[in-house]
This record gives sequence, structure tokens and C-alpha cells, in this order.
Amino acid sequence: MLQIRNLHVSIDGQKILRGIDLDVQPGTVHAVMGPNGSGKSTLASVLAGRDGYEIEEGSVTYNGQDLLDMDPEIRAREGVFLAFQYPVEVPGVTTMYFMREAVNAVRKHRGEEELSAGEFLKLARQKIGPLGMDADMLKRAINEGFSGGEKKRSEIFQMAMLEPKLAVLDETDSGLDIDALKIVADGVNSLRSADRSFVVITHYQRLLNYIVPDYVHVLSDGKIELSGDKTLALELESRGYGWINDDVVPQAVAGV
Amino acid sequence: MSSAVEQLEGLTAQEYKYGFVTDIDQETLPPGLTEDTVRFISAKKEEPEWLLDWRLKAFRQWQGMTEPTWPNVSYPKIDYQSISYYAAPKSADDKPKSLDEVDPELLATYEKLGIPLEERAVLAGVAVDAVFDSVSVATTFREKLADAGVIFMSISEAVREHPELVRKYLGSVVPPSDNFFAALNSAVFSDGSFVFIPKGVTCPMELSTYFRINAMNTGQFERTLIVAEDDSYVSYLEGCTAPMRDQNQLHAAVVELVALENARIKYSTVQNWYPGDKDGNGGIYNFVTKRGACRGKRSKISWTQVETGSAITWKYPSCILIGDGSVGEFYSVAVTNNHQQADTGTKMIHIGKDTTSTIVSKGISAGVSNNSYRGLVKIMPKAEGARNFSQCDSMLMGDRCGAHTFPYLEVRNKTAQVEHEATTSKIGEDQIFYLNQRGIETEDAVSMIVNGFCKEVFRELPMEFAVEAQKLLGVSLEGSVG
Ligand SMILES: Nc1ncnc2c1ncn2[C@@H]1O[C@H](COP(=O)(O)OP(=O)(O)OP(=O)(O)O)[C@@H](O)[C@H]1O
Ligand SMILES: [Mg+2]
Repeated sequence: MLQIRNLHVSIDGQKILRGIDLDVQPGTVHAVMGPNGSGKSTLASVLAGRDGYEIEEGSVTYNGQDLLDMDPEIRAREGVFLAFQYPVEVPGVTTMYFMREAVNAVRKHRGEEELSAGEFLKLARQKIGPLGMDADMLKRAINEGFSGGEKKRSEIFQMAMLEPKLAVLDETDSGLDIDALKIVADGVNSLRSADRSFVVITHYQRLLNYIVPDYVHVLSDGKIELSGDKTLALELESRGYGWINDDVVPQAVAGV
Repeated sequence: MSSAVEQLEGLTAQEYKYGFVTDIDQETLPPGLTEDTVRFISAKKEEPEWLLDWRLKAFRQWQGMTEPTWPNVSYPKIDYQSISYYAAPKSADDKPKSLDEVDPELLATYEKLGIPLEERAVLAGVAVDAVFDSVSVATTFREKLADAGVIFMSISEAVREHPELVRKYLGSVVPPSDNFFAALNSAVFSDGSFVFIPKGVTCPMELSTYFRINAMNTGQFERTLIVAEDDSYVSYLEGCTAPMRDQNQLHAAVVELVALENARIKYSTVQNWYPGDKDGNGGIYNFVTKRGACRGKRSKISWTQVETGSAITWKYPSCILIGDGSVGEFYSVAVTNNHQQADTGTKMIHIGKDTTSTIVSKGISAGVSNNSYRGLVKIMPKAEGARNFSQCDSMLMGDRCGAHTFPYLEVRNKTAQVEHEATTSKIGEDQIFYLNQRGIETEDAVSMIVNGFCKEVFRELPMEFAVEAQKLLGVSLEGSVG
């Protein structure tokens, strides 16, 4: 589904990613961990197509297509979803209107009929309920005045509405209380399927108790320094990141 | 990052859709302004003596006045002798009695502008007065309105048919000596609309005037007067467009509103005069004086404006709150793009007790344009318990445009409560990217964000026009409805 090869990225001449290799197969969940400032969000932004990054080297292939060549909205319509670390507020635009436009843009791209207002509302209610949110939230402006936890849950709601193929969740667990964490994890787990993949960026092993990853990667200083299975997350939890660069032999090659 | 800014600016550089010229036989006065010009216009309209005298007095006052220099706009000196002060389609010489008699060329023009003048057409719930250059060419639904006791006609006709009403109220809110452009307008005003809502009547439909400048090198000086008697209500909307020409053209209108006890007037403007080309050539100078007097207790005047056109806009729709408990409102969206300049805002003068006013101003600047909000809130000594809330938000698109806020506050009564909030933001690349990431293309994302920003104003517009206004914003800044 996704192949990242030797990806080098800089911002304003400053190198941030220094040769990332990662393979994501359909139906798998990859956790990406790593110290602050190591480049996790940068990787997520580059995958989603945010402006302002210089791709110095390398390639990203998504379902056989050159992902880096696509406009961000096309990537989205093709099934790439990013749950933002810091969801953006858009005053005056209701979540309902926004999501309806988004869902219909995606449907149109797939050659499907656009949803009517009624059909959309029905779908939205169906998706929002399990996330422990009131449908009234749809009438509020996008993220405006939302609490930290509400913003994160709204991201998961949007993901559920858009049914992506590749979902990148950037610290969706940060700032969630334990109940919300479970709700969000359930939301993700219910979307897990044989043709949908997840890249879950997190600082906490706790999330991975709920969303059990197939692979865990450690991003450090712009590179994937270490990859392993879910036990790697436990090891990181007890030892921190300090030991990684000193370790002589990485446990596994990046990805599978 | 610069590429996103360029993209935005590309999107904001849209073509003006209403720039065509109607080829029609016109009677046009040669350029120049003297007492004879004033006499000609007055005679052409078969005006009574008192009105000619009123005009001549205004003309003499104007001659001793100078153009205001305080607005935050710049333009080359206007030569008032090089402008023609009267242009009218020949076919309008004897004003058509019914719509069937209106020149088909004119009907086609309005059709093209999206304002069909047939009464059964799209705007079935709206009565339209169509003003073409210096004259009104048609007014729809007159009979239906007359049944309700509402007078809706061109001001020239009103002078003939209801001279006592016109004489009583004309210049009573904006006296000719008020300012340079008001004096000029008083001397040479050609046409405009007159509305009178008698006591206790709720006007059965929206009223609107559609102003079209067509003739070259001609100024448009319209005059609108709306009087709402006790316990009455009217919602009125004006729209305006002009052809694309390399020369600047002057539009200096005066609008006066009078609300008596418990009366409510809702006045909405969708201003889309030709803004000039992307290099700043041509476009309308829109120098307008609009003012409403809330004379009666608990009366209310509400101004809503969506200003997207004109090379330069200079206007401050204001409310004089005389009646106790009267209410003034000003909701404004002003968009400037390319080389456009806008200096607009409002004045809320609190005179009566417990008067309240609300100001919501949204300025959007793109290109190398300049957008200023200028507002005065004045609380007079007797205005016990007066309240004002002002909110002025500016949005910048790109980094070569300017947004400015000049709020003036004069409080002479200690019991008054005055609140002012102001924000300036750049249209966020973060916001655009967020919407892009959900599958929405940039053009639509910009439109959505801008429409969201203007929501508080758009929801004040009459339904039929809210959609129109959003579309207009879309054309000015490109994009779809939000
Ligand atoms: N727009 C930018 N301009 C300059 N430097 C940037 C920019 N965005 C990110 N960086 C830098 O790139 C590096 C990687 O940032 P990134 O946000 O990808 O880290 P992260 O791994 O997501 O960190 P965290 O765990 O704190 O979220 C940091 O040093 C950051 O300061
Ligand atoms: Mg991050």
C-alpha cells in the first residue's frame, strides 16, 4: 500500500528527515514512536502533502502511484487521512457543512452519488454516537471552542466518515483522559480491516494496549533507528530512547 | 510557503462578470458643471420651483466646499468639469407606463445582470426599481404595493406625485451642506428610489433598487429616501454594477432613512460596481453618504452591506438614535482585491435614553489592496443607559495588502456601556491545508473559510440575497458558497 524509500526532507534548508524507509502493507497497524522533534509530524505532513517542505531525495509510492506528485486534496480523495496533532479551528464553518462537502468530494472522486442532506445526517449520527459525542457538535464551527479531547475525537469522527485506506494518526491520544482514550481506540479498532492501514504516532505505550500494532518503529533524528513488534513499545516504556543510538545491532529491519 | 500565497492571489484575481456595455440611444449632457447644468436636470424632470431652489442652494454651497482628505485612500484629483452629469436612454423620455413599454434592450440588460423585470420571474417576491444611468426605467409590483398603501417609485415621480412627502423629508437626515459629496449630489441628483410605508403597515414584499451605470464618462448621483411611519416595517435592498472601462467613474449617492415610532427599516446593500482591472486601471469611485434617523421611540434601523466592487469606496452608513430605546445596527463585509481601496464603517450617534447599537465589520483584503474600517460611536449627555457593541475583524490574504481599523469613541454619559473587539488574522494556510486534507480543493476551501468569517453578516441579509452575496464573494475571491 505505502512504500517510503530513502526519504530526505528539509524545511528552510534545515534537514529534518534523513532517509526514511518504511513499508506499510494493507491491513497493518504501524506505531511510530520517538523523541520530541525527531520528525514524526514532519513525516505525517509530508505524506498528507502540506506545503513548505523540500523533498531532497527519495520517493513515496501509494497504491502504485507517486504520492508526492499529488495535490493534498487528491491524496485525501484517494484515501489518505491525517488526524492532526493540532486540529485547526475554522470559525463560522459548521462541522456538518464541512464534512458533507468533504464526504461528497471523496464520493464524487470515486464515481459515487453525492449524499443528500438527509442521507448525510443519518450517516453522521451513526458514526458520531459510538464516539461518545453529541450530534449537536456537528452544528458547531470546526474545532472552535472544542476542548482538547473533543478535537481529537472529532478527528476520529472525520476519519470514520471518510473511510480512508491509509490513516495517519498524529498523537491522537495526547490530552485524552482514560475513558476518551478507550473510545478513540475503539473507534480506530472498529475501522480496522484487511484493506485499511494505520500509522499511529504516539509517545505512550498505553495507547498500544488498546490499538495493538503489528509493528513499532522508533524515529530518532530523522531516521527510523529501530523497528520491531509490539514488545518494542514496552521496552521503550521502561528504558526511554537514550539507549537506541548506542545499541550496536538494530533488532529488525525497517518495516516488512 | 510562497507558492500557497501565490495560489491564493491567483484565486482572488477573478474576472468581473458584469462588465458589458448596453448599446442604446442615449441623451447625454456634455461634460461640465454650472448652474445651468443644475437647471437643465431640474427642468428635464419637470421639477417644482422649490426643488430647483433647493438644488441651486446646494450647488452654491458645494462650490465653497473641498473634498475630504481624511479617508485612508488616494486617487488623482477629480476634475468635476470633465464629467457629464446626466445620461438617459432616449426611450425613457416618456417614462413607460407599464413593463410592456420598457425598451427591450433595457429589459435584456437587466436580464443579463440576473435581475429579470418580469413580475412573475425568479425574484417573484421582490419588487424592483431599475435605475439606468440617470433615470429609473421600470418599477415592478407597483399595484400590489399600492394596495397595501406602500409607495415605491422613482424619486423623480415621487416629486411629482407626492411632493408634500418629499419636501418634508428630503435633506432632513443628510442636509446638502453635510459634506462635499452630499452637496454635489443634492445639486445634481438624477434619480433613485422613494419608499413610504404608512403607519401600521408591514411591507408585503422585499423592495429593491438595482443601479446600473452604462454611459461613459458620466457620474451617477442617485438619491434614495425611505420613510417608515409608526409601527411599520420594510426591508430594502440595493444592488449595483457597471461596465468595465479604463476611466474612473464617479458615483456619489445619498441615502436617507427615517424611522418613526416602533418602525423598523432593514437596508441591505450588495455593492458590486466595477472595481477596475488587476493593475488598478478604471473602476468606480464610490463616495456615498448613507444615514438613518431613528426618530421614534423603539424604532430600529439596520444596515447590512456587502461591498465587493468599486476602485475606491468611501461610505459610512450611520444611525442617529434619537427616540428612546431605539436601535441601530451595522453589519458589513468589505472585500478589497488587486488595487481596490475601501474606507468604510459607520457612525452610531446615541441621543435618546436606552439606545443600543451593534457594529459588526468584516474586512477582507487581498492583492495589493487597502481596507480600512472607520467607525464612530458617540454617546451624548442625555443618552442614559446607552449601549454599544462593536466587533471589527480583518482578514488578510497574502502579505501585500493592508487592513486598518480606526475606531473613534466619544462617551459623554457615565451610564453608557461600550464594548469594542478587534482582530486581524491571515487566512491560514493551516486552515486551507486542513480542508484540503479532507478532500476539499483550495478554491472551495478559501471560499468556505471566507464565508465562515463573514457568517454573522450574511445571516442578516434577506434570504434571496444571502446566496447571491456568497456567490459574489466567491467571484471576488473565487470559490463556491459557504
Ligand atoms: N515549519 C517549520 N520550520 C522550521 N522548523 C520546523 C518546522 N516544522 C518542524 N520543524 C522542526 O522539525 C523538527 C521535527 O519536528 P516534528 O514536528 O516533525 O517533530 P515530532 O517528532 O512530531 O515532535 P513531537 O513529538 O514534539 O510532536 C523539529 O526540530 C522542529 O522544530
Ligand atoms: Mg509531532
